[in-house]
Amino acid sequence: MSTEVVILAENLGKRYFLTHRRGGRSQYTALRDVIADGVRNFFSAWLFSKDRSRWTDKEEFWALREVFLEVKKGEVIGIIGRNGAGKSTLLKILSRITEPTTGCVGLKGRVASLLEVGTGFHPELTGRENIFLNGAILGMTQAEIRKKFDEIVAFAEIEKFLDTPVKHYSSGMYMRLAFAVAAHLEPEILVIDEVLAVGDAAFQKKCLGKMGDVAKEGRTVLFVSHNMAAVTQLCRNAIHLQNGRVVDSGPAANVVNRYLASGQSDAATVDLRDFPTRTGSGTVRFEWGEMRGSEGEARRDFSIGEDVIVAFRFQAGAGFHERQVRLAIQLRTSDGISLCNMADMDSDFAIKDFCGAETISVRLPDVRLYPDTYYLSLWVGSITNIDVYDWVRDCLSFEIVGGGQLTTRTLPRSAGLLFWTPTWTRLPAASSPSTARSFQVPTL
Amino acid sequence: MKLESSEFDLVIEAGRTERHYWMDLWRYRELFYFLAWRDILVRYKQTVIGIAWALIRPVLAMLVLTVVFGKLARLPSGDFPYPILVFCGLLPWQFFSSSLSESSNSLIANSNLISKVYFPRLVVPASAVITSLVDFLIASGFLAVLMMWYQLVPDWRTVTLPLFITITFVAAIGPGMWLAALNVKYRDFRYVVPFLVQFGLYFSPVGFSSSVVPDSWRLIYYLNPMAGVIDGFRWAILGPPAAIFLPGFCISMVMIVLLAVTGVWYFRSTERAFADVI
Repeated sequence: MSTEVVILAENLGKRYFLTHRRGGRSQYTALRDVIADGVRNFFSAWLFSKDRSRWTDKEEFWALREVFLEVKKGEVIGIIGRNGAGKSTLLKILSRITEPTTGCVGLKGRVASLLEVGTGFHPELTGRENIFLNGAILGMTQAEIRKKFDEIVAFAEIEKFLDTPVKHYSSGMYMRLAFAVAAHLEPEILVIDEVLAVGDAAFQKKCLGKMGDVAKEGRTVLFVSHNMAAVTQLCRNAIHLQNGRVVDSGPAANVVNRYLASGQSDAATVDLRDFPTRTGSGTVRFEWGEMRGSEGEARRDFSIGEDVIVAFRFQAGAGFHERQVRLAIQLRTSDGISLCNMADMDSDFAIKDFCGAETISVRLPDVRLYPDTYYLSLWVGSITNIDVYDWVRDCLSFEIVGGGQLTTRTLPRSAGLLFWTPTWTRLPAASSPSTARSFQVPTL
Repeated sequence: MKLESSEFDLVIEAGRTERHYWMDLWRYRELFYFLAWRDILVRYKQTVIGIAWALIRPVLAMLVLTVVFGKLARLPSGDFPYPILVFCGLLPWQFFSSSLSESSNSLIANSNLISKVYFPRLVVPASAVITSLVDFLIASGFLAVLMMWYQLVPDWRTVTLPLFITITFVAAIGPGMWLAALNVKYRDFRYVVPFLVQFGLYFSPVGFSSSVVPDSWRLIYYLNPMAGVIDGFRWAILGPPAAIFLPGFCISMVMIVLLAVTGVWYFRSTERAFADVI
């Protein structure tokens, strides 16, 4: 690795204003409101000269604050942190989508961002047309795309559907194509935000492999992910953002470990030893919990209809001699509705020969929930349900994301919670309500 | 460490005017082609009768305007068949009005791109105009047929047509840029555009010849940029006695340049915040 610095950020900050309008009509500014507020403010300033901001409350919000960053050429750097910690804002500034409020960044070489797979795809256009369009959007020239065309098609495995409009693609094909185009960009600096969040295990593996290749070619990569395994595997160094500030940086494995141990990650794996929100006697304690996909890989983003696996380990303290324990998992929505309390006995599962420590895997098959974040609590108690040994609330969470094999239509949470696909039947035209039959006099 | 701007290819800083902006715009010319090409493809893929739409709208408008202004109001047409007079005005007017609507809507329509990828944003409203240009060319074909029907032969003035097309383009892109940028910030500007287009049709000499405007109002009338442009089209296609009223034409040109320059200026000054508010 050379010592040439390709990204240098100094005192980077980004401020947003959150406006809380009284009555909060719409998320967008309307000229109507601006004029109305202007008139109000004018009169209120005139009448009560001290309070000018009476009618709209503007709240300052720093998405990013005092960030210093130095990245050398050929370095693969991971950026981790909770949702809303400023990761995406940082990437948006580096890829020039938005400008910083304070500070400055120096960049050497072409920057390409892979912020969301499939950005700019048009459903009416064919695979071939979309490759060219998307390539141009990501900053490739036509000649470059032509040169890479076959490689892209082969990587995406869509040879047969090249001339089919992408609206007829399965979500898997769509994603493969989108990633393939982006992965064949050849910028000096590649910025990647959570592109591997969805897709099957084989595809994720392929993407990670491709990213490894990119890094080996000596290009600089900035990689944002919730997939801690991928960060440790791919990145030499990592930084941890929290509330817009860099709170930790250094070798990736160390940063990831400290991040997981801090218990405030929204990573798939959570260290539960010092997790704060718990009750119970503590004679048995949960050690860690992990969200897994159906192949056993750690992840927390799922499409509708996938199997979600919860794995966890618990251990008894000294002096605990019970042979039987009872387990339960509670699931709730992000707005606090309790969805279910899954007890082990309901699934005919029981531990009758407990001897100190146990690792359990629970498969929730075919999870059909609307896109949102869902939280899990882990419970362990006595067989009589009288004693609670350990109850860690909302320690694990997973996202259901839109798209997938079952449906690609948008499912707003306001419209529902359960994605059911009932059986619809057309009855003969002459059918009458079934209650009508009960009025008939039975014939002998 | 201190950031030496000479060491880096690009320095991003708040409020820093980009030195490379116009160079970037040139570098992204392919994106311009692709966006235009996408819009054209999609426009004709989703319709049943496809290209026929580009003909039906101006032809129907021509019929209505001919009946209203020519037959009912009996306005003078200056030696030409009234349908031809109307169609020569409709061609640039429809090019202008659809360009204006397309470009003012373009940023919102491409909001997913704007919030995800960097490119000079000017590419978007500019490429949106190209679909209107295609419609314009198709409708021009109909004008040729119409002229053959009435046995009118164009003269050397036809050579100047590309110039007037370019002027129409600039006339549309100026306000288009204003409205596109304002549309991002204030969503209710989208209601302004159909209103402008509807009233503009009657304020511009589309259904009638500009010679019917009283002399005392003439100079003020040409503050409407399209008044000069439409005169220019009639002059280029029909020849005398259709004429360009030179002082009026100059006023229209000044308005066009003024709108275009301020449009680019306003667009550039708000462009950097687009991704934050869109």
